[in-house]
Amino acid sequence: MAKELIKGNEALAESCLRAGCRFFSGYPITPQSDILEYLCWRMDELGGSCVQTESELAGINMLFGAASAGARALTTTSGPGFSLKQEGISYLCASDVPAVIANVQRIGAGLGDIFVGQGDYWQITRGGGHGDYRTLVLAPASVQETADLAYISFDLAEKYRHPVIIATDGTIGEMMESVELPPMKEHDIDKFDWAIRPRQEGEKQRVIWNRFWDLGNDEYPIYLVNKYKEMEENEQRWECVQTEDAEIVLVAYGISSRVCKSAVIRARKEGIKLGLLRPITLWPFPKKAFEALGPQVKAFLDVEMNILGQMQDDIILADGNRHPVEFYGEYWHTIDENKILAKVKEMLEKY
Amino acid sequence: MIEVICSGFGGQGVLVAGMILADAAIEEGKEVSWYPSYGFEMRGGAANCDVKINDGEIPSPYCLEPDVVYTLNEQAIDTYESRLKPGGVLLVNSTLVPEGRTYRDDIVVIKVPATEIATELKNERGTNIVMLGAMACASPLYDEEKMRAAVEHYFAKKGKNNPKNAMCFDRGADAARSQL
Repeated sequence: MAKELIKGNEALAESCLRAGCRFFSGYPITPQSDILEYLCWRMDELGGSCVQTESELAGINMLFGAASAGARALTTTSGPGFSLKQEGISYLCASDVPAVIANVQRIGAGLGDIFVGQGDYWQITRGGGHGDYRTLVLAPASVQETADLAYISFDLAEKYRHPVIIATDGTIGEMMESVELPPMKEHDIDKFDWAIRPRQEGEKQRVIWNRFWDLGNDEYPIYLVNKYKEMEENEQRWECVQTEDAEIVLVAYGISSRVCKSAVIRARKEGIKLGLLRPITLWPFPKKAFEALGPQVKAFLDVEMNILGQMQDDIILADGNRHPVEFYGEYWHTIDENKILAKVKEMLEKY
Repeated sequence: MIEVICSGFGGQGVLVAGMILADAAIEEGKEVSWYPSYGFEMRGGAANCDVKINDGEIPSPYCLEPDVVYTLNEQAIDTYESRLKPGGVLLVNSTLVPEGRTYRDDIVVIKVPATEIATELKNERGTNIVMLGAMACASPLYDEEKMRAAVEHYFAKKGKNNPKNAMCFDRGADAARSQL
């Protein structure tokens, strides 16, 4: 099939439709609004429902309803809007309802600004809502990968009966790249034995509520621990670039990882043994990739578009605190491959 | 890898100029990235896009050392001239940039009265196409005939074919030719 030139946000929207998503509820916010704009007309063509809600709260709660009925449902947002969806995400987790939520990350806390950022890592990976929960988090680094991961996100959500978060950013969302879109799939809304529907003759009324009411207070904790263990075991995804002999390993996801790839090419031309470990799943964090690294590694450099270096904690944990982990970040400005290189040279002298 | 930065005021068509370059590359089976950056305004603020074209994977989509800097106002020159690769092409809209401005001496500077030409042809919104003509003629990375066809292809796809675009393109190319 011929490749198309489309934006990351449009690729996400179209790919979800092709995965059988026929329900969207969300509220406009830059840099995510292309998704809503696209689905407003495209969902009509396919006979689904696209609702521009009165708020992000309505967006996540309408999705909760649609997903409870077995639909493949999507909501998308950025920064401040993602904070507003946290309560709903906690409810989805508590009731084992699969759904897909995208956060096209922008800059800053509070209102922040509309430009690209990666400041939501802690919130996305730890969960900003109440209670014991994690969510699967997919972090694409290109328009093609946005399409590919959005396409499988519903399968993953349904496999574990759990929400999946797609964490992109303002650059990956707004840039256009050549992309091959996946084929159109049908989704059968009636295929689940748990999804609510009008009560059938001879069957008990189905209900979506706290799962510990179904399983009992003794069984539920065991069930939950196993569920997360299974996700951690099966769903770690990552990409390694020239890590086989790398002395310094960059760790970056999304747009930052793209600049890191350029930095690796530049470093190798100068004879510097630099590699990149790119988490594709932010949760579960790809610990297996760290375990597979060779003994020549001297240190890690975390590269992110935020101020505090939010992913450092996970790198230290995944590495078992065996190597130094330093951080280079940008806020407002984009990541600069020359600055990465300068930092790497500094680290090579030090370690 | 080809790197092009297009920059000007919002409304001058710099994002579309970049999209035409991206569209042309994709038609040739290349990998492309097109990254826009602009302020809150639809018109009047700064608008830029970074276009990267490669046979294989494109690592960073940001242009660090562009081969061509395509500008339609003076602020764009202030911002991007210094990044241009030595020997690279800087396209200047001389309608809006003072005659006496000085430039780096290790680059090729092509001055085209793009706004004036487009106005003269009664196609004010074709300023960006005038400059694409100049770019196709001046940059060794581009072929004039192929780029003219790419402009037509882009607008035909949108169902907006305007015969004046070809006139704008040719006048821009002629203006560049006289300086090479």
